[in-house]
Amino acid sequence: MNRLALARADDALILGHRLSEWCGHAPALEEDLALANIALDLIGQARSLYTLAGAATGHDEDHLAYLRDERAFTNLLLVERPNGDFAVTITRQFLYSAYIDPYWRSIAATQSPLAPIAAKAAKESAYHLRHAAEWLIRLGDGTAESHRRAQTALTQLWPYTDELFDPITPDDIAVPRETWDTTVNAVLAEATLTRPDPKWQHRGGRLGTHTEHLGHLLAEMQSLHRSNPGATW
Amino acid sequence: MSTEITPLWEVFIRSRGGLAHRHVGSLHAADATLALQAARDVYTRRGEGLSLWVVPSNAITASDPTDRDMLFEPTASKIYRHPTFYEVPDEVGHM
Amino acid sequence: MYSQGLNQPTEASADSPEQARFQARIDAEDKIEPNDWMPDAYRRTLIRQISQHAHSEIVGMLPEGNWITRAPSLRRKAALLAKVQDEGGHGLYLYAAAETLGVTREELVDQLLSGKAKYSSIFNYPTLSWADIGAIGWLVDGAAIMNQIPLCRCSYGPYARAMIRVCKEESFHQRQGYEIMLTLSRGTEAQKAMAQDALNRWWWPCLMMFGPPDSASQHSDTSMQWKIKRFTNDGLRQKFIDATVPQGHFLGLTFPDPALRQDPETGHWQHGEIDWAEFKTVVAGGGFQATDRLEARRKAHDEGAWVREAALAYAAKRQARKTAA
Repeated sequence: MNRLALARADDALILGHRLSEWCGHAPALEEDLALANIALDLIGQARSLYTLAGAATGHDEDHLAYLRDERAFTNLLLVERPNGDFAVTITRQFLYSAYIDPYWRSIAATQSPLAPIAAKAAKESAYHLRHAAEWLIRLGDGTAESHRRAQTALTQLWPYTDELFDPITPDDIAVPRETWDTTVNAVLAEATLTRPDPKWQHRGGRLGTHTEHLGHLLAEMQSLHRSNPGATW
Repeated sequence: MSTEITPLWEVFIRSRGGLAHRHVGSLHAADATLALQAARDVYTRRGEGLSLWVVPSNAITASDPTDRDMLFEPTASKIYRHPTFYEVPDEVGHM
Repeated sequence: MYSQGLNQPTEASADSPEQARFQARIDAEDKIEPNDWMPDAYRRTLIRQISQHAHSEIVGMLPEGNWITRAPSLRRKAALLAKVQDEGGHGLYLYAAAETLGVTREELVDQLLSGKAKYSSIFNYPTLSWADIGAIGWLVDGAAIMNQIPLCRCSYGPYARAMIRVCKEESFHQRQGYEIMLTLSRGTEAQKAMAQDALNRWWWPCLMMFGPPDSASQHSDTSMQWKIKRFTNDGLRQKFIDATVPQGHFLGLTFPDPALRQDPETGHWQHGEIDWAEFKTVVAGGGFQATDRLEARRKAHDEGAWVREAALAYAAKRQARKTAA
């Protein structure tokens, strides 16, 4: 099993799934379509990455998405955080995209088996980053209420950001923290938001130690598939 | 419930290199940047475009439909502006 | 996804010279554009019909959205999300078409959320299994297409153009639904039963989508004269049944109508009595899911208010900074 592809696939699927929960419920129609576009990009990335991950062992994308338990998922804790309000969703997307965008571009330039997938994903993540950054700036520098919500979201999610920088396998690449810092600090400054400085950081997603939210997400996502073993859909 | 009105924008898309931007529809957005993002997300989901314009709907000045005869009828009689008005013998070939 | 024959009767047209010119343009298949003169009743009828159509698209996102997080494969998940997203886009195009007639989206949304405006009765039925997603695509979108294709030639330009875009995008929706039904009906016994159950529950409500029978419909004449509507409710319903019954038989499914039979002479499929009392109840707001549907829309709207306000506040601030600079 390609553990690197699997973990990146899990990130994309879980975040794509979270965004898909917004469909029909976003703050405006235009934004409903935008969030669905991002979700579709992420689900598409997950499918390619699962196919790569399972190639050696003969597992297809649906086997990997639907028939593994919580402990077998190796996604970041950040991406499994519940949607919360629009500020939480946008902040989560921004923090993740600010890492994964340079990541895809870097790995696309290597000989990694992920390179072809990364080349396509990089175009998508570049837009996700811009979209989330533009919104975060507006929420941060909008009204008093939106500022408060954006700052709260940032404070809540920040303890899950260190995990972004952990290489998944010895042959994985790591985006330098300064790259991420430069992007994030510039947007936070424009958004008039304060960079949090929490006392601790949470890790564990890459080892299958998740927050309690993931189990519920998987229970919902996998329920139909699992209730009909062997069926074709 | 919010009573403020989010402005309306008109969206124009260049579908292929070499073609002009063409009006495709409208959307609501608070500012130009969000309007451009929304135009991309709403109107180019099937590879419809290579370039986008967004224009505030209230920036468009339109001709008055009741002026239609005055504005556009008079040209109808200027048939000498069209190539088929002129006789060129077939032997001359394509011109 | 769909507009339903729900409009109120419109008053007979007066015989002013503008009116005569207007009707002459329509008779000549000319399109009416936003700034053109039009009778008030034409404007009102269009606002009502287009906004009902838009509301139907938006509320229509909910029953299918109910299964996005449970779609049984990643391929199905992506297709369903893209489809429901399309419905949102269609609502957006249609609201924009209605706005050319002098209403704002905010006013139209308020009409929906206050319960004043109607939307297609079909979306007040619940989606109880994955097969319902197949049935909605196959039957509800199939019914919608019957209705929407003629609307591409509607006399009002912006509505016709919006419908052309909608129809183009919808072309994958029905195929998506039928493919789900086909896979289920070729699948396990449990899947076959699921498909049959979905057909049993969705068939009659889909026939009701075309609106009351022509004998009971009051508004058709003026709408026909104005070329807002080009076929009668019964005509479209028959077209739908004739196209759909053989597709259902190909799936090996049984329609829940013992009276269904093909007229050997005309080739048309004749159906049993439609329960119009149920239709009236649903249209009047008594639909099974009606409360939940409106509540979901209100919640999204209310919880989104601070976001829309923030974007406007930021735009105002930036404008002020630009002016000051």
